Amino acid sequence: KFKMPVPNRLRDLIRNIRSCKTAADERAIIQKECADIRNGFREEDSVFRCRNVAKVLYIYMLGYPAHFGQLEALKLIVSGRFTDKRIGYLGAMLLVDEYREVHLLMTNSLKNDMDNPSQYVQSLALCTLGNVCSTEMARDLTSDVERLLKTANAYVKKKAILCACRIVRKVPEMMENFIPLTKPLLADKNHGVMLTAVALITECCRKNPQVRANFKKLVPTLVRILKNLIMSGYSPEHDVNGISDPFLQVRILRLLRILGQNDSETSETMNDILAQVATNTETSKNVGNAILYETVLTIMDIKSESGLRVLAVNILGRFLLNNDKNIRYVALNSLLRTVHTDMTAVQRHRTTVLDCLKDPDPSILRRAMELCFALVNHSNVRGTMRELLSFLSRCPLDFKSDCSSGIFTAAEKYTPNARWHIDTMLKVLTTAGNYVRDDAVPNLIHLLSANDKMHAYSAQQLYKAMLDVDDMSVQPLTQVACWCLGEHGDELVSGSNVEDEPINVNESDVLNLLDKALKSSLTNPVTKSYAINAVMKLSTRFSGYNSQAQQIVSIHSTSHDMEVQQRSVEYNVLFNQHDNLRPGLLEHMPQFEKQVTTTNGEEGGEQLESQTVESVQQPASVAQPEPQQDIIQSNVDLLLDLVDFGSSNNNQQQQQQAAPVVPSNDINSLLDLGFSMQPQTTQPAPPAVNGFNNQPNVNNLMGGSLLDGFQSPAPVINNMQSMFYWPLIHPAACMQVISKFSTCHLYSEPTFYYYQNNLKIICNISCTTEPVITGVTAFEKSGLLIKFQFERDGNILNVMLSASNSNAQDLNEFIFQAAVPKSLQLQMLPPSGNLVGMNNSNVLTQTIKLNNPNKAQPRLRMRISYNYQGQSVQEMGEFNDFPPATWQ
Amino acid sequence: MMRFMLLFSRQGKVRLQKWFNAIGDKERKKITRELVSLVLSRRPKMCNFLDWKDYKVVYKRYASLFFCCAIEESDNELLALEVIHRFVEILDKYFGSVCELDIIFNFEKAYFILDEFLLAGEIQESSKNKVLRAVENSDALQEENQEAEATRSILEEFGLS
Repeated sequence: KFKMPVPNRLRDLIRNIRSCKTAADERAIIQKECADIRNGFREEDSVFRCRNVAKVLYIYMLGYPAHFGQLEALKLIVSGRFTDKRIGYLGAMLLVDEYREVHLLMTNSLKNDMDNPSQYVQSLALCTLGNVCSTEMARDLTSDVERLLKTANAYVKKKAILCACRIVRKVPEMMENFIPLTKPLLADKNHGVMLTAVALITECCRKNPQVRANFKKLVPTLVRILKNLIMSGYSPEHDVNGISDPFLQVRILRLLRILGQNDSETSETMNDILAQVATNTETSKNVGNAILYETVLTIMDIKSESGLRVLAVNILGRFLLNNDKNIRYVALNSLLRTVHTDMTAVQRHRTTVLDCLKDPDPSILRRAMELCFALVNHSNVRGTMRELLSFLSRCPLDFKSDCSSGIFTAAEKYTPNARWHIDTMLKVLTTAGNYVRDDAVPNLIHLLSANDKMHAYSAQQLYKAMLDVDDMSVQPLTQVACWCLGEHGDELVSGSNVEDEPINVNESDVLNLLDKALKSSLTNPVTKSYAINAVMKLSTRFSGYNSQAQQIVSIHSTSHDMEVQQRSVEYNVLFNQHDNLRPGLLEHMPQFEKQVTTTNGEEGGEQLESQTVESVQQPASVAQPEPQQDIIQSNVDLLLDLVDFGSSNNNQQQQQQAAPVVPSNDINSLLDLGFSMQPQTTQPAPPAVNGFNNQPNVNNLMGGSLLDGFQSPAPVINNMQSMFYWPLIHPAACMQVISKFSTCHLYSEPTFYYYQNNLKIICNISCTTEPVITGVTAFEKSGLLIKFQFERDGNILNVMLSASNSNAQDLNEFIFQAAVPKSLQLQMLPPSGNLVGMNNSNVLTQTIKLNNPNKAQPRLRMRISYNYQGQSVQEMGEFNDFPPATWQ
Repeated sequence: MMRFMLLFSRQGKVRLQKWFNAIGDKERKKITRELVSLVLSRRPKMCNFLDWKDYKVVYKRYASLFFCCAIEESDNELLALEVIHRFVEILDKYFGSVCELDIIFNFEKAYFILDEFLLAGEIQESSKNKVLRAVENSDALQEENQEAEATRSILEEFGLS
């Protein structure tokens, strides 16, 4: 039989690899070595298996694949030789994690070796178990670990304790087995055993707060151990820079913190020792500061006496002035943790914290910035914000978004006056540029709208800022500026109410600037949409500039961006065919209100109200990116359906191909406004733009046929757009639209959403087949709120579900399932997505169609599942409170 | 609890890696790659802490080697530095003035030392000597084993067993 050559020694392999000049050489050597090793494994060469596995481990460390060593490592474990076992267990810890099926093959070896007469073999098994233990292993081996917890051998005992710790982490209910054993462990004189025992107790308390009560009686013991550590003289064994076993001290302090939380009685017993540690610890070295830091955290977290808290904050203040950056970092970190409980104490260090904003180290900057935001209040807002604004201009790029968001939030909360607020906001827009988050734009527009005395001022400032930036590359600024100019351009030009030196600007200047924004290649489509709206609005605000405005608008009817093109086309129609409506449509926006009001009006008003709410909610619900292609296609079809005049059938095919692709998912809204419909006769249109010259019949606005476009319960809303436009739709405005509608006077913001929502309302008024019934809360638990809106059409009840999430984290993989009694039929339409955004940011919508031919009272059982912070959550619920109007 | 520990050289070569949480191979590589380049890009005067993703990273450079570990939010950063330092001290005592080459050529020993010092991401022993004694005793056991085998194979060769 062919005998394998003796494999290279590990030492030689390492030497060879180190002598490689290039990465290619290294790869070649490793490839060859791996081939040899595999051959060795295949030959079941047990003499050199150990050497080969060691080489695999080295190769693995260099980043090469090493999965073929897994089973061999497990084989080594079973070997009787200690060397083999040692390398085998090392290999198992490195190569086999709990995701690999083979890891369970270890269980039996672990069990046997934990019984081995040699403590070093036991130690290998325990060490492996402690590092890779999985749930299954935990269940299989708990009794063995329990047994070793009781052994007299401290070396084995401490390892068993940490295995128990790992088991508790993996399977918390297993702690029942270990809790009774913990008390004697603390009495052990061996530091290793004490250290690990405290770790185990801490782990139990963290995993299950209810067991804390059990451990509270251990507090005196812990205090005594800590006291002995401080009082005992020099013990070389556990000393670090003159401090006796800091590892044990910190661990005990931490456990005390957990046990003393929200318990004044237990905290009381700790006061003395904490004061002692805080005053007696030598702080010239890092290790002393580590203990002091832990002590401070404990003092702040438990119900300690006020003198102690003052002491703690003062220690942190001292830390802040320390030369060591690490100490400053932990000081900021802990001040941030305590700022909410001891605001005034932390406030005293504000100037020092502000100084930390000048540190070159990003780790420190991040903490300092967060702390600064936490420290802003009514009395220091001006000074702090000045510092933060200057920080914003010089901070690293990855800070800018967070910093500007923080400034916006703090400014909104503590603003001394509107002027200051607008100035600050403007400063952020110009300083942070495109790092300003998208959600800031609607918020700022809201702010501008709400301060009616500042309109002229803000228009002037934004105009200036826009001129200064010059190249239009700063989107958030340009967007806000466009909105403001569009809304208040007239006040800017008239120079009214401007406190500062008035600037010389005329109507043309403003329109030219907006034109520039529209034409610039540096503005994105959203900005362009803002700009085109602004031009449109100004066409009514500036008398005598109609033709210029129309010219600016109409050019973009061939824009490559569907949104801009659509607006251009729509506005052109408005100019050409509804010029009499234009002034009314484009009147000044009413002031936005912060909250959606849902007070029910009397008789008849209620219905309208709920529609209003609904129409407001829709844009806020961000649809997941839909398969755009389909939508575009279907809408092109729709377009062809709708724009049906002039052409004959025989060139249908040809025309369909030549039809302009106006890929807008909401194009129907305006086309409906403009054209009478002859559905089902799909005569194709000449290019749509030309088609608009035909005379539409405005009366058809009231016609039932218009409804066709709106039957779908939730118009698809483009993800991005909804983020930008939601503040433009305002319930009060909608109400006004509705009230004015009766006098045929539309009053609105001319975004297509507005059209859409108005039309939807109009349609709902003009056609009563779909009464909308007020929404109700169907489910509310741990931040998740599910509301139902109802829309009834004969026997069919559309339940429009909207799920929002007030937690600070997203809910992922949201799935809503429903079941109804047999007398009903249920159809679930696809949801808008599977993510429910944090802080109510991304409302998920889904429509449930219920067919209720017997008019029985519906009942609905629901099952909701989602992932929150990586944990899957399942909830059940039942909803029986269907309003009578939905089924009777 | 420590989540993982990495030792790497100034050139970014990994010299030791210890994962205390179950993390897949791919993820391990990704973390290693990103973290190594992040730490190496930091200037020497900066503090030893990093907030990186969900991790609180504590690192310290000793000669040509970076010792880097990720700890939990509630853990004490300053103490983590002491843990690293203690580990370095033990290595130093074991190898006698340790250098990177010692760890490269005896990486398994470095792991054995770490395994006597930390377990399940927690410190198991605060005494340097006890850690050293345990490793040395294990080494001795290993050698006894090997000697016995060598003797046995010689005897076998002479047909005496």
